Amino acid sequence: MNSSLASNMIRFIILLLAQVTICNNINLLGYINPYIYVIFILLFPVKSNRLLFLILAFNLGLLVDMFLDSGGVHAGASVFLAFVRPVFLKYAFGTLYDHQTLKFGNSEFGALIMYVSGCVIFHHLILFYLEIFNISQIILLLKKALFSSIFTVSLSLLLILLFRPRK
Amino acid sequence: MQQIFNFVIRNKTFLLFLLLFGIALSLTIQSHSYHKSQFINSANSLTGGVYGTVNSIGQYFDLKEQNTILVKENKTLREALLNTVKTSHDTAIDSSLIDKRFEIVSAEVYKNSYNSPNNYLTINRGKRDSIQQDFGVITSKGIVGIIDNTSNKFSTVLSILSKKSRINAKLKTSNQSGSLKWDEASPYKVQLEDVSKFANVTIGDTIVTGGQSAIFPKGLGIGVVEKYTIDASGDTYVIQVRLFNDMTTLQHVYIIKNNDIEELKTLEALNNE
Repeated sequence: MNSSLASNMIRFIILLLAQVTICNNINLLGYINPYIYVIFILLFPVKSNRLLFLILAFNLGLLVDMFLDSGGVHAGASVFLAFVRPVFLKYAFGTLYDHQTLKFGNSEFGALIMYVSGCVIFHHLILFYLEIFNISQIILLLKKALFSSIFTVSLSLLLILLFRPRK
Repeated sequence: MQQIFNFVIRNKTFLLFLLLFGIALSLTIQSHSYHKSQFINSANSLTGGVYGTVNSIGQYFDLKEQNTILVKENKTLREALLNTVKTSHDTAIDSSLIDKRFEIVSAEVYKNSYNSPNNYLTINRGKRDSIQQDFGVITSKGIVGIIDNTSNKFSTVLSILSKKSRINAKLKTSNQSGSLKWDEASPYKVQLEDVSKFANVTIGDTIVTGGQSAIFPKGLGIGVVEKYTIDASGDTYVIQVRLFNDMTTLQHVYIIKNNDIEELKTLEALNNE
């Protein structure tokens, strides 16, 4: 449990710093940035306290907001994703999640892709809706969400696979 | 009572989610309305410290470019100095006795963004350099934005690339004024709206600040007219302005301190009452 706590804390800090110092300055094609801090929410232990999880996700989002001067958009999107994560877990991993034996490190690759893409697309839709805050610009919203999602999903999968624990 | 407690305990996750999402939503709504001081902004020592460290490494990458900009600016200033006709009957005045209306403070850009609907910059000057809200920020080429939040050492700047910003600007040749807005399409272009249909607009005209607000002095460069169309109502022009500044590569900026701002604000507050 202690090593899990330590690894989650380190992940929190490293992802936050990487997000605000590197990922927000990529600006691919002028506006596409990956939001890799969602990895923290994706990989948070399944069995742990849900209240703590919500608070941590909210704080992570709020810190990103503070760095980016974006009001509360990342906090809102993160806490929403944290709240609905069980739905995506159940959808992607099925019985493995029902029996509480799920470990991200040795899960099936296909299921992992489903889980990561589902969560990231959901997060980005909420994020860009809050950021643009105007339903008449729905095309811009969808365009931004789609391109950023592709970038975030590929980068997240790469990072998750690269840093998965050795068996 | 017992039932209420049971309800809260049973739904504690959902209630906490509602609370946190409500906070986030209210922060978002607040950030969409102009000039309310935000609680969450990057003018604080944590974010300033992180951005400062990154900037101290990152600034080496465009030293050459920044030097060229500096030399160009020096050249313009020297030319202006040499071509000033000095009239001989000037009486010598102790310059420290003259009230300076505008003062300039230089600053470094720690963080810059140009791809969200409301963009902010973080710079390394704050309250201890007597920077206040509503001071203008420029570069040697043109305007950048307006100071929004300040902390002791850092400030955030509301960029002209923002839905919230409205800056008074005019055509340099015909003095017709309008307000400068951004349509979020490109970081290189802004729109000048509400320009009278009777104005003489030609492509390539220079757009400068109008000087009707206390933020920017009159006549600072903004950009050139790229194309113009008549507004849907048919009474005004909408002018596409190509900015002089490259808003994507800002490094050194100047803050214009307006020493009359207090007086102007008190006067305007009296009018609003």
